[in-house]
Amino acid sequence: MQESLFAPGHRACAGCGMPIVIKLVLDAAGPNTIVASSTGCLEVTSTPFPESSWKVPWIHSLFENPASVASGIEIAFKKFGRTDINLLVIAGDGSTFDIGIGSISGMFDRGHNITYICYDNEAYMNTGVQRSGSTPIYASTTTTPIGTQSPGNLVRKKDMPAIAVAHGASYVATASIAYPVDLRRKVKRSLEIKGPAYIQINAPCITGWSYADGDTIEQAKLVVETCICPLYEYVDGELVGVKKVRNKRPVEDYLKTQGRYKHLFRAEGGDVYIANIQAIADRNAEKFGLLD
Amino acid sequence: MMRVAEGSYAIADAVRCCSPDVVSVYPITPQTHIVEHLSQFVANGELDCEYINVDSEFSSLSSLIGASAAGARTYTSTTSQGLALMFEVLYNASGMRLPIVMTTVNRALSAPLSIWNDQQDSFGVRDSGWIQLYAENVQEVMDLTPQLYRISEDPEILTPSMVCMDGYILTHVYEPVEFLDPELVKEILPPFSPVNVLDPEDPKTFGAFADPSWFTEFRYLQYKAQERALDLIGKVDKQFEETFGRGYGGLIDTYRTDDAEILLVSLGSIVGTIKDAVDELRKEGIKVGLVKIRSYRPFPVETLKEALKDASVVAVIEKDVSVGYQSALLTDIKGALYNTSIRVPISGFAAGLGGRDVAMKQIRKIVENASRVKDEGLELETEFEIFDVNPECL
Repeated sequence: MQESLFAPGHRACAGCGMPIVIKLVLDAAGPNTIVASSTGCLEVTSTPFPESSWKVPWIHSLFENPASVASGIEIAFKKFGRTDINLLVIAGDGSTFDIGIGSISGMFDRGHNITYICYDNEAYMNTGVQRSGSTPIYASTTTTPIGTQSPGNLVRKKDMPAIAVAHGASYVATASIAYPVDLRRKVKRSLEIKGPAYIQINAPCITGWSYADGDTIEQAKLVVETCICPLYEYVDGELVGVKKVRNKRPVEDYLKTQGRYKHLFRAEGGDVYIANIQAIADRNAEKFGLLD
Repeated sequence: MMRVAEGSYAIADAVRCCSPDVVSVYPITPQTHIVEHLSQFVANGELDCEYINVDSEFSSLSSLIGASAAGARTYTSTTSQGLALMFEVLYNASGMRLPIVMTTVNRALSAPLSIWNDQQDSFGVRDSGWIQLYAENVQEVMDLTPQLYRISEDPEILTPSMVCMDGYILTHVYEPVEFLDPELVKEILPPFSPVNVLDPEDPKTFGAFADPSWFTEFRYLQYKAQERALDLIGKVDKQFEETFGRGYGGLIDTYRTDDAEILLVSLGSIVGTIKDAVDELRKEGIKVGLVKIRSYRPFPVETLKEALKDASVVAVIEKDVSVGYQSALLTDIKGALYNTSIRVPISGFAAGLGGRDVAMKQIRKIVENASRVKDEGLELETEFEIFDVNPECL
């Protein structure tokens, strides 16, 4: 096994899903890779000057611009006649779903040969667990707190992969750290296919989701087995593969393990909210044929 | 070769002569003609570069951060709202020490919306760490373009730079200009060969996070690089003159200042009008001269002290206002002279805002004011004025 291209000693929380994402992605991409990242947990925990965990060239500019930065890198290398280098963006969901979406739209639109990886921990975790466009409905965050008048976040999670597909991105996939073989294969495939690619990787956040120590991979597995997070891939707009779910589990199995959902099991009417989440999972199962 | 051309075309041609590897653009009036001409050069095979149409000015500069870090010579241009949208990218580019060169077409900032010229936009990014030079005419913008690449890319400087030019007045004017010879440009502008680039063969981390034990040092090093640029701007101007026969005086230029009692200080295209006004007033026996600021950042404090030390009165004319306290150039000049023995009254005029024409008669009025200050002192006259306000508004 090759040495990891993401060195230990980074400052991510114990139990953070993000470094697992990074290791698996770099493992698949290999050393002939350049990475552009957004501001966020990844950037602050992996590059406290003068240290760096990155054994591939890495650049961070701002929160909302890694897709534009990578676009510039891509065309510069094109000018130099070097088109053999893997070019990745790795950014969090706040950057991807919200503040950077204009830059991402431009990157897709212009057809750059870049794989955009979103490590999706479903809130602004670096600033202290505020709601992002990726936060699922009824999750409690510090800006969608529960209270007598509120059951947490009232907005459903934005369907970012569908937005990528609508742009005509060559390759769009979702992945999970609980399925590393699938994850690595998807990264490799995205790099083989010419044109813009988008891979959204579920990345449990022990701090923001508030689950038990040692449970990170279990979380990543449960979200897939409940069909809350379907794993699929699109090539040129066509759905070409889904990760089948053998034994679909009720969403309670996932929700009850996390502090951000605990109010659903305590407050009056919580069962209705849980039923709504179950309906989302059921629709996913049907839409993507997860159970066939 | 001298020929009549539109300002934007001439500038695009000067950019072409600098052989940028990557040009990233977004349209905004009155800057757009420059990037249109560049796209035509690419379409005609006259410029071998990667040219991309991006989704915003924010993205145009962001993409150049990536391209520059990859080792490319980069170019963009913008104006006004576009420059404002770039605000955080400007600081980022200079902090990352990427030698991007930009033409900043000066235009007012909304609200109210105005597409016309003033210099509020570039003054508003004064502290962003970019080298800022202001040009008087199209020829100067053209000539500064390769000079700025030379300065920015110098290993001792590594700082992005912008040449500021007045929107419409210079971008849309047709006048005779001397086109640059690309072969001669090569003599003053060596190929861009940065030491630190994104390269899988030699992986490096760009844009790390600095805690309080490091941040100050990054800023300090930027500050010292701009100080070094003070020398280099003059040197490159001289080198350009030796090669092309056109020199501009370096950090500042002076016009009929030798025995001047009244010194006007200004920058940008208004300088041409002021020179004409100085000629006229001189005929009437008024001892007036002009100091033209070319380099605003780095600010040429020592050069200015020398230029202003014998004046009886100084009047600063600029196209920006710092709402809340006077105008940027005025307060900088006052600051530059404070810790010296030079005690000259200085008054300031924010003129030409949002495209208001500043003609000879306005300059004459400012000189009349300065003349009274000379005789009676500032107490009785203007220290600062937003100039030429419609009396109905007063």
